[in-house]
Amino acid sequence: MSNVDLSQFKFDGLVRDKIDDLSTLDAQDKETLIMSGVDVDNANRSGSFLQMDHSNVHCRSNDPGVEVMDIKDAIEKYDGLPEYRWKLIDKDKDEFTRNTYENTHGGYFIRTRPGAKIEKPVQSCLFLKAEQVGQNVHNIVVVEEDSELHIITGCSVAHGTTTGAHFGISEFYVKKGGKLTFTMVHNWGENVSVRPRSAGVVEEGGILQNNYILMKPVKDLQMYPAITLKGRGARARFNSVVVAPEGSHLDMGNKVIMDAPDTRCEIIARTISTGGTIINRGHIGAHHVPARGHLECQGLILGNGRIWAIPELDGTLEGVELSHEASVGKIAQEEIEYLMARGLDEDEATSTIVRGFLNTDIMGLPKKLQKEVDRQIDELNAGGAM
Amino acid sequence: MLTIEDLHVNIGDKEVLKGINLEIKDGETFILFGPNGSGKTSLLMSLMGFAGYDITKGKITFKGEDITYAPMYERARLGIGMSFQRPPTIHGLRTRHLVNMCARDEDIDIESLAGRVNFTDFLDRDINDGFSGGEIKRSELLQLMAQKPDLVLFDEPESGVDLENMQLIGKVCRQLLDGRINAEPTRSLKEIREQSSIAGLIITHTGYILDYVNADRGQVLYNGNLCCQGRPRDILEHIRSNGYQECIRCMQ
Repeated sequence: MSNVDLSQFKFDGLVRDKIDDLSTLDAQDKETLIMSGVDVDNANRSGSFLQMDHSNVHCRSNDPGVEVMDIKDAIEKYDGLPEYRWKLIDKDKDEFTRNTYENTHGGYFIRTRPGAKIEKPVQSCLFLKAEQVGQNVHNIVVVEEDSELHIITGCSVAHGTTTGAHFGISEFYVKKGGKLTFTMVHNWGENVSVRPRSAGVVEEGGILQNNYILMKPVKDLQMYPAITLKGRGARARFNSVVVAPEGSHLDMGNKVIMDAPDTRCEIIARTISTGGTIINRGHIGAHHVPARGHLECQGLILGNGRIWAIPELDGTLEGVELSHEASVGKIAQEEIEYLMARGLDEDEATSTIVRGFLNTDIMGLPKKLQKEVDRQIDELNAGGAM
Repeated sequence: MLTIEDLHVNIGDKEVLKGINLEIKDGETFILFGPNGSGKTSLLMSLMGFAGYDITKGKITFKGEDITYAPMYERARLGIGMSFQRPPTIHGLRTRHLVNMCARDEDIDIESLAGRVNFTDFLDRDINDGFSGGEIKRSELLQLMAQKPDLVLFDEPESGVDLENMQLIGKVCRQLLDGRINAEPTRSLKEIREQSSIAGLIITHTGYILDYVNADRGQVLYNGNLCCQGRPRDILEHIRSNGYQECIRCMQ
C-alpha cells in the first residue's frame, strides 16, 4: 500500500461558510450528497451534520432525544469530553492519527438520551470540496442506555477527479441495552486517499449493526475498525459490500473482540474487484464463553484484479464457537447456466448474479438510499465493468 | 415438436450418448427410464445445451429449427423449459424476481401462480437458499409456469420429495403438460387438454409420476442407447420384475 504523504495536502485555511438549509446547495453538490445517502430536504432525518473541508457548515438535531454537535463545540461544552475522547484510539497510533489529534478540523458528536428510541436516522456527510484538501475529523457517538439510533454517514468528494485526503477518527460507545445501526457509504474519487481509524465498545445487551457500502473508485483506503463486546449478551454485526475498479487499492476489514460471555458477532464482507486490489481482513477474538462468531469473506474477481482474503479466528478457551467461510473466485458457471436455461442471455445472467451478490436488503436502508445503491449497481453493470 | 437424430454426445473423452433417435410429437408426454449412469440426465442436459456436453454427431430439431448448437437461452426462448434436479443457490436473488424474469416481457400473476404450488411464503427468499427437496421441485415448477415452455424437460420429479409434496407436484406437473396453467377458465378440461400442444420429456426411476401425468410413450436408456419402446406402465412393470438385465439381452 502506498503511503499518504501528508505534505501533499492542505490542512489549514480551507474554511467554508455555514449552510442553513442543505436544499440550497448547488445542484452538483446536492447530487453528490444524495449519492451518499444524505436527504437534503432533511425530512426523514432526526438530525444532520455536514463537514465541508475544514469547516462544519451545517449541524442540526430535529429530535430532542438526540444531540448532534460539532465536536469542537462538544469539547467546549463538556469540558473536553474526558470519558469519550481518545479513550478507544491511541492518539499516537500512526502519523495520521497524530496529525488529526494535533489539528482537528471538526467531526460530529452524536449522543442519545437514555431510553430514547430515535426513529429516523441521523445523517452526516464528510465532504471534500477543495483541491488538495486534507481533512482531519474526529467523531464520537454515544448511544446511552436502552436507546436506539441509526446514523447514516456519507463521505464524498465534489468531483470524481478531485485530489484529497480524509483522516477520520471515530469512537463508538453503545451502552447497556443500547442499539446503534451505523451505515457508511463511501463515494470517494480516484485521487482520494482515506484513512479512517475507528473503534467501539458495546456494553451489556447492546447491539452494534454496521453497514458499509463502497461502489465508487478510491485511490487508496485503509481501515480496520475494532469493536469490543464488553458486556454480557452484547452483539455486533458487520455487513460490507465493496467494489474495487482498476486503480482502487483497499485494505479493509473488521475486528471484533468478544470479551464477555453470551456474546455473538457476525462479519460478512462481499467484495468484487474489476481491476482493483482488495485486502479483505476479518478478525474475531473470543475470550469468554459462551461466545459465537462467524466470519465471511466472499470475493469475486471479474476480469482483472486481486482479492486477498485474510480471515482470522482467535479463541482462547474451551467452548468458544468461531467459524469462517472465505472464497475468492469468479461467478459460478452453474449459476449462469441456471439463468440461461430460463431465457436470460449471458450478460443478463451475469448482471443478475452480480446484483444479487451486492444485494443490500439485509442492511435495512431507507428507501431513497436503497434506490440510490441499486442505481449505482445498475450503473456498474451497464458500464460493462462486470 | 422435438426430433433427435443419431445424437452422439461426449463428456470429455467419454461418449455418453451413442446415437440417440427420438421423436416427441406435439402434446405428447414421453417417459425415459434407465439405470443410474445410463445417460438420461446427459440427454436432458444436451437438449438444453449445457456446457461440457459436446455433441460430436447428430442433430436436434425443435419446432422445425435446428438447435443442435444453439445457445441455451435461445432454446429457452424458443420454448424448452427444464426443471433442475439440484439447482444452485444464488445469493441476493429473490425467488419473486427470478420468476418474473422467467416470464420475460409477459405480465404474470405471480401470487396466484405461487399459490398453485403453495410457495407464496418463499417468494421473498433467495432462490434455492436452504430449500428442501420438495421446495426445490415446487420452485422449479413455479418458474416453469411463468416461463410457459412448449416442451418440458423434467429430471426425476419424485426425487427427494415426500408423499404430500409428490401429490402437489404430480398434479401441477399434469396441469403444466395439459396446458391448464394459462387456459381460460371458461373452457372444459377436456377441451383444454385436447388443444394443448405442450410436450414433456420426463426421467423417472420410481414411476410415481405416472400416477399423475398422462404418459403416452416410454423408452429405456441403457449405456447411451435407447431401447425397449412401449407404454410407460408396461416398461415400469417389466423393470420391476426383471430389472435392467433384460435390456442388455434385448439389445444384443
